[in-house]
Amino acid sequence: MEFLTAHFVEIMFYTLAALTVASAVGVVAFRNPVHSAISLLASFLFVAALFVMRHAEFLAAVQVLVYAGGIMVLFLFVIMLVNVKRLDPEQVFLSGKAPAAVAAGVLLGALIAFGYLAGSLGPVGPGPEALRMVDGAVAGNTEAVGWLLYRQYLVPFEVVSVVLLVAMIGAIIFGRRDAGLEEGGGRMEQ
Amino acid sequence: MWVDLIVTVIKVLVVSTVLLTGVPIMVWVERRGSAMIQDRLGPNRVGPMGLLQPVVDAVKLMTKEDLTPEGVTGTNRFLYLLAPAIALVVAVSTFIVVPFGYDPGLELFGHAIGGFVVAPDLDLGILYLFAVGSLGVYALVLAGWGSNNKYSLLGGIRASAQMISYELAMVISVVGVLMVTGSFSLDDVVLHQAGTWFGFIPKWNVIPQLIGAITFMVAVFAETNRLPFDMVEAEAELVVGYHTEYSSMRFASFFMAEYINMITASSLIVVLFFGGWTLPGIATPGGWLGALATIGIFAAKVAFFLWFFVWVRWTLPRFRFDQLMALGWKWMIPLAVLNFLWVGVAMALGYL
Amino acid sequence: MVQYVPIVLFTLVAVSFPIVTLLIAKAVRAGSPHPVKGEPYECGVPATTTAFETRFSIRYYLIAVLFVVFDVETIFLFPWAVMFEKLALFGFIEMMVFLAILLVGYVYAWRRGALEWA
Repeated sequence: MEFLTAHFVEIMFYTLAALTVASAVGVVAFRNPVHSAISLLASFLFVAALFVMRHAEFLAAVQVLVYAGGIMVLFLFVIMLVNVKRLDPEQVFLSGKAPAAVAAGVLLGALIAFGYLAGSLGPVGPGPEALRMVDGAVAGNTEAVGWLLYRQYLVPFEVVSVVLLVAMIGAIIFGRRDAGLEEGGGRMEQ
Repeated sequence: MWVDLIVTVIKVLVVSTVLLTGVPIMVWVERRGSAMIQDRLGPNRVGPMGLLQPVVDAVKLMTKEDLTPEGVTGTNRFLYLLAPAIALVVAVSTFIVVPFGYDPGLELFGHAIGGFVVAPDLDLGILYLFAVGSLGVYALVLAGWGSNNKYSLLGGIRASAQMISYELAMVISVVGVLMVTGSFSLDDVVLHQAGTWFGFIPKWNVIPQLIGAITFMVAVFAETNRLPFDMVEAEAELVVGYHTEYSSMRFASFFMAEYINMITASSLIVVLFFGGWTLPGIATPGGWLGALATIGIFAAKVAFFLWFFVWVRWTLPRFRFDQLMALGWKWMIPLAVLNFLWVGVAMALGYL
Repeated sequence: MVQYVPIVLFTLVAVSFPIVTLLIAKAVRAGSPHPVKGEPYECGVPATTTAFETRFSIRYYLIAVLFVVFDVETIFLFPWAVMFEKLALFGFIEMMVFLAILLVGYVYAWRRGALEWA
């Protein structure tokens, strides 16, 4: 019991981390794409819980709102749209994708190793107070994010809107060319 | 420490009990209200004025046979069973950040109650509600997918398209409120609306932000899948949409989730735009009596908007799906953006 | 972490409620299975296809992509909104530039008919 209370944070962290990894493995292991999607959803939610544990509440909310509530819905739509039953199972290890997968794995490992060596993954990070300081006073995490984002990181913020614009235009063009939005109406034609 | 926990447990139990008791009451209000609007009697046999009708309904739904359509096997069956549970869990757990009364430093067992809200110190406030609420769409998608019925699947996909479209309008409408309040805590939102302008106009957000209030209300109607936005069900086209293949208590779970969502939605309308538990004249009363008065005021306002939900449902016809999407994307989002632009300009000029 | 205790408790109540009701229902409900009762509802006609062969309009995909883009945009509005007074005019102009760039995309989507359903 004493061990539990003393190491409560560590126990929570490793439990959540293990659940995150397990559900991430589920994404690749499940045969049915909808089950993979649900597994990915679970992994997003556990990551959000990890963010909360590190006192990054705003990131947790963004994680749930955008990834779980938005991007996963998009994935589910795509899965249902392409009619998965008709797709042939992909031969991952026989196709030319194996070298790319290995390279990605090595890069990820290198990144984790670098992060670990740099000490940024250690158990000690900025305290909860540091993540909610606004102009020297304690406010909230979201307020602190806003204070930094809209003063110090002005250019990246404006660049984000350009990226979003590109994404939007890209989606519209893809939707038009590949699946024939031009049928009926013809407004998408030009 | 332990007293702290006990106070929290009491709060959690009381709030969840009230929330779940609200469901049968709303079922009764809906059935009697629809009867009143359609000039008929409605349920009047079980108990005085049919008040016990929801109990009988519950018993009936409990004892009905539970049918699982063939072809729903293995892990798809798991998703089929999971969907109603997700609907209920999401519906119940969103209420946690809603402040339902004013606490002038009251104590229980010598310990501060910490406000009439279940999670008072939550940094996220309304963001928590939006984040958890955005998960509600999975109940519809999974119910549609798991049922092995094309009406269910069509209903589920339609419903999720509708919910994500109106989620945008709902979230953007709130930005104006957050701007004037400067905080995510719904308690602060309510306190900001205490007091009056010129001595008689209540400082409710609905007055300067009428457009935001209207877009928010329309959006929550769509989010709760109530008429005129019940495309999800659309009996004439989709049988009843995503819950076509559900029966017994699983079917009831979806309905309970709908009514709980209505209660949360009405509370949100009241808190964000209609001053929460404040009334002009009763700004911040003291003592247990004052606290009970604020809870009463809040309950009365919520009751009005719940009745408004019923009223609208039995008055307006259903939209067509293309009209619904056009309204969401071409009207609601620009109007919601306009609302917070106006708030920004007004604040910059010092009006608000 | 104390502020998350109510959330955990409330979520426990929320999770246990459907489990308990569904278990009670399982104990008391009637059961007389028959193969016909298990057929997918198709207005009394035997179903010719499974649901998974239903085809959907590409517009659902478009709506979902547009939603993700606008959702990210609204996320940026939140920290801005609560800090509005502290960020003052500078922050307001900054957000106007952000919105103006996205407005281009919105107008493009509208003109291309991506917001039309029929």
